[in-house]
Amino acid sequence: MLESLKRTRVNTQVQTHHHGHDVGERLYLHRHSIVHETASYLKVIAAITFILVAVSTPITNWQAFIGYFIWVLTVAAIAKIPFTLLFKRALIEIPFIFFAILMPFFGSGERFVAGPFNLYREGLLAGAGIVVKGTLGVLTAIILSTSTTAREILRGLERLRLPALMVQIASFMLRYVNVVNDEMERMKVARDSRGFEATGIKHWKVIATAAGALFIRSYERGERVHLSMLSRGYEGVLPHDEVEKSKASDWLMVLIYPLVALVILLITTLIGN
Amino acid sequence: MSTPSLEIKELAFAYPDGNQALFGVNLSINKGERVALLGPNGAGKTTLVMHMNGIHPTAQGSVRIAGELVDAKNKDSLKQIRAKVGIVFQDPDDQLFMPTVGEDVAFGPYNMGKRGEELDAIVKNALDLVGMAEFKDRPPHHLSFGQRRRVAVATVLAMKPEILVLDEPSSNLDPASRRELADILRSLDITMVMVTHDLPYANELCERAVILKGGIIVADGSTHNILTNKALLEANRLELPVGFSIQ
Repeated sequence: MLESLKRTRVNTQVQTHHHGHDVGERLYLHRHSIVHETASYLKVIAAITFILVAVSTPITNWQAFIGYFIWVLTVAAIAKIPFTLLFKRALIEIPFIFFAILMPFFGSGERFVAGPFNLYREGLLAGAGIVVKGTLGVLTAIILSTSTTAREILRGLERLRLPALMVQIASFMLRYVNVVNDEMERMKVARDSRGFEATGIKHWKVIATAAGALFIRSYERGERVHLSMLSRGYEGVLPHDEVEKSKASDWLMVLIYPLVALVILLITTLIGN
Repeated sequence: MSTPSLEIKELAFAYPDGNQALFGVNLSINKGERVALLGPNGAGKTTLVMHMNGIHPTAQGSVRIAGELVDAKNKDSLKQIRAKVGIVFQDPDDQLFMPTVGEDVAFGPYNMGKRGEELDAIVKNALDLVGMAEFKDRPPHHLSFGQRRRVAVATVLAMKPEILVLDEPSSNLDPASRRELADILRSLDITMVMVTHDLPYANELCERAVILKGGIIVADGSTHNILTNKALLEANRLELPVGFSIQ
């Protein structure tokens, strides 16, 4: 009789991802590394200055870019980010690269022949610049977002005096993206349960109506959240942590990221001349 | 007799579209009382609650919290009132908007000017009251519905309110969470108004019940008397669950 209580196990692949179902934090990869532990606002500063250095390097100084790539990959290794993950996430830039690849075919000025193609020198340099500098920027952003929770990045931005309103909007988005996502999922399940299958353009109306309903619901939720905030004395300011001063050594540590790039730039420029 | 925690006199209210929801509500609740606010859907229960802390400005009549008039135009007094009236909304996701449980509980007291260690102590105390202290650093999204409801209660308790208003506290809870919440609510030494359709829950927790229907209070008495008055319940679209009886 108890036979019926036997449990049949299903072989499932265990999700290795740290926050599998959390839409807001799915970029974050939990590791213990010096990059993970650095204060988020310092990381944001480091990322931006590094990108500034990279962007202001002339594309003709190609040795510098080789140095930059080696350095970025080194930092990714220090942050214990698997290279496969890094490259997979870097694929996000493909739509942008697509236009850069077209650039050598259009333009004006000096032309040259490469294989079957008749290319513009100017366009090739500009396109290559976009691809190379864009990739550096994307890789830097990936290291930042993989080693820092979205929540921490927001705190960092707040610390860097980004207008409070923008930080608030972004943090609400982070909080409610999961709620809205679940709601959307439930609506989809309810649709599918009644035999709906989106196969073609004639079903767009259903999808659009659902999107509209979701919008209204979210809007109304926004009003309810606002009510509950007012009920607890909200006056336009969200609580934030007391600011902790960073030590000079922290600054030095984090500035190494752009500084190494700067040194590479200087050395390659000097050698180049 | 001390000042009542909540005193509502001749409160009437119509929505901007002309739809009148309240037609002269009179209700007085003493300190320490636990009162169930019953009534069918659309009776004006939520509208009444929204008047208790000035979210809806009082158009006609008056609402007093511990003797202080709720006046939506007086910003300073409104802030005091909102500290005194703690509303726990029906959907905890509406109430828990901060990234972590601890930060959410800190939201109210922070707005009241609390900082540093004092704030930490308040947060810890409020979470202890609902047995959720160990979840302080967790995002609300990772909690179960029952846990979120308890945290929602804590966010309000952290403001040390004079009166706790709960909108459908037992809705969507599994039986164990429902009982756990009842234990927590019973352990709190606070004036309480509970809006609910869950009559056994009202019977369990509140010694007094009022029925709101058509925008006025149509019955006010001991929960026992009201729930055993079949004719009264029937007239107000209230029903005890099948098989449930009160001696």
